[in-house]
Amino acid sequence: MAIEIDGKSFETDEEGYLVNLNEWIPAVAEAMAKEDDLALTDEHWDIINFLREYYEEYQIAPAVRVLTKAVGKKMGKEKGNSKYLYALFPYGPGKQACRFAGLPKPTGCI
Amino acid sequence: MSEDIKNFLYLNRRAPYGTIYAWESLEVVLIGAAFDQKVSLAFVDDGVFQIVKGQDTSAIEMKNFSPTYSALGDYDVNQLYVEQESLEERGLSVDDLMHLTWEDEDEDWAEKDSIRVVSRAELNKIIEAQDVVFSF
Amino acid sequence: MSELHTVNKSPFEKNSFDSCLGHVLEGSAVLLYEDGVYAALKGTATEGKVKAAQGVKFYALGPDLKARGLAQDRVSDGIEIIDYAGFVDLATEHDKVVAWV
Repeated sequence: MAIEIDGKSFETDEEGYLVNLNEWIPAVAEAMAKEDDLALTDEHWDIINFLREYYEEYQIAPAVRVLTKAVGKKMGKEKGNSKYLYALFPYGPGKQACRFAGLPKPTGCI
Repeated sequence: MSEDIKNFLYLNRRAPYGTIYAWESLEVVLIGAAFDQKVSLAFVDDGVFQIVKGQDTSAIEMKNFSPTYSALGDYDVNQLYVEQESLEERGLSVDDLMHLTWEDEDEDWAEKDSIRVVSRAELNKIIEAQDVVFSF
Repeated sequence: MSELHTVNKSPFEKNSFDSCLGHVLEGSAVLLYEDGVYAALKGTATEGKVKAAQGVKFYALGPDLKARGLAQDRVSDGIEIIDYAGFVDLATEHDKVVAWV
């Protein structure tokens, strides 16, 4: 599978995750969101960027529980809860947001 | 806490990049942390090399997974036992290891050390107290 | 809690056997299997270590000895030879297994 953006092809695995995370550009997230019938807002981007920073620092995509706690610590309790995160990413803040962010499926995501 | 909560110890005895064991162990720890169990790690023999600071794999084309040990605290894994004898045999001291910490949510995210250097005799007692030991 | 320690590597190639002996508590059992059975032999550098381990009961897996051409009379005194069913019994008799891989 692959995503086409402006004539450039981005290879994805069978679950839709980007194969090479170094290739990621914001347009990849936009294209993936469009396929999921989702329009990305600033609130989405806060989480996507947070995930990319987390991966940069720890070399893993965090499990949902870990993401929720970390978001709560950084952005406050009103955002660090699963209700808020699932409202943003209906297919799961771990799986869907990590996919948009170009990360692998979260470690500890079962 | 439910009575079903068990003590799991991951026994790490291999250096990080020569074999896949160290990374596999870390992945299993992170996946296992999704279940509500009490998880601790022991670094014994060459396993102590896994958490040596200053690792840089850029020239061997392998993933440097040493930063991932710093995420263990987020996964509520905050008991990392390092065997004193294994360090000494390898000319290492605790100063050669990464500074791994966890944040205690109950104490306003106070940062606490995760690493505890223990003697072989102390570690044997720790192993004795476990319900399950996973070896890598 | 009672512990069954297992060793499946040759003591002449890897430190699994030595490491096991350094971590085994009195009253525990040690099972040698696969290449670990080489640690069960008489007249080797490991024989004295087996004898010196106080209060530790040693077992070796018969099928692995046989496969390697190691007759029973070459096994150190005090090491009990067991079969696969004996392995299962040992695992169930003890509270946990600690593997030295």
